[in-house]
Amino acid sequence: MIDNKLKTIFATALGIDEAAISDELTYGSIPEWDSTAHMMLVAEIESQYDIMLDTDDIIDMSSPAKAQTIIAKYQD
Amino acid sequence: MEKLLSKKKVLITGAGSGIGAATARLFAAHGAELYLNARDELSLAEVVAQIQHDFPESNCEVIAFDVSDPDAVKAGFQTLFKKAKSLDVLVNNAGILDDALIGMVSAKQVERTFASNSFSVLYCSQYASRLMQRSGGGSIINLSSIIGRVGNQGQAVYGGSKAAVIGITLSLAKELAAAQIRVNAVAPGFIETPMTEQLPAEKYQQRLDSIAMGHIGKATDVANSILFLASDMSAYVTGQVLGVDGGMLI
Repeated sequence: MIDNKLKTIFATALGIDEAAISDELTYGSIPEWDSTAHMMLVAEIESQYDIMLDTDDIIDMSSPAKAQTIIAKYQD
Repeated sequence: MEKLLSKKKVLITGAGSGIGAATARLFAAHGAELYLNARDELSLAEVVAQIQHDFPESNCEVIAFDVSDPDAVKAGFQTLFKKAKSLDVLVNNAGILDDALIGMVSAKQVERTFASNSFSVLYCSQYASRLMQRSGGGSIINLSSIIGRVGNQGQAVYGGSKAAVIGITLSLAKELAAAQIRVNAVAPGFIETPMTEQLPAEKYQQRLDSIAMGHIGKATDVANSILFLASDMSAYVTGQVLGVDGGMLI
């Protein structure tokens, strides 16, 4: 499961309740997580974690769990 | 003199000579924090030395990478991110000129020209726009060409690659406007640069004869228009292609 910091980022960027962030949530599975929201999510993650994601990772970031794994890669 | 780019973080690609070098010098005079790009550090040595001599208070760093290689662009922007954290202005200037009649165009030439002149604009803008969002907006200036607007014989590949720059500019202007990122292009005409010096004498004269103002442009003429688009003087200008060609007719 993802940590609270990332959960808050997802909720803020997608404009949804934190309770709605689950393992089943995937890119495009709800109207709020469209391509525009995805780029807002990326901006928020980059800003909060002070990282710059590769384009491949942005495309690959299809769920909160996947996002957590990708972020960990940049924090090594 | 009012400094139009005071403390603005700027990346200029292809800054080693011609329009890129003239833009770097002009931007240094206007107080920009400069990050200069070329394929290798050596080709930037002269420009950097000149800037450091003429503007000792300026901040001028080199980030060498090949703009036509997506992996190199990725690594270059990671370096920029570590050094600058954000970006205000990107000048997509790097490019090559390689003319040939259509019957003699090789696939390798097409790939190389589009990679250097067009794909590079996409790769660099992709990363730059994300860095710009960190500072609440920015300005991207893409170097097209009069050939990309009106075409010319023997320049199907170059003209195509520069027309693509206009399409990219217009689309990005629409996509990035909400993030307060302005995207414009400059379309120079016949400009005195190392690239145009390669032309045979007869072609050089032909081009000169087609300019209504009667003389070749200088790299500083183009740099001045780039300065306008980079600065807040053009704060409400986006999605435009500015011709800098002295009334050239092809």
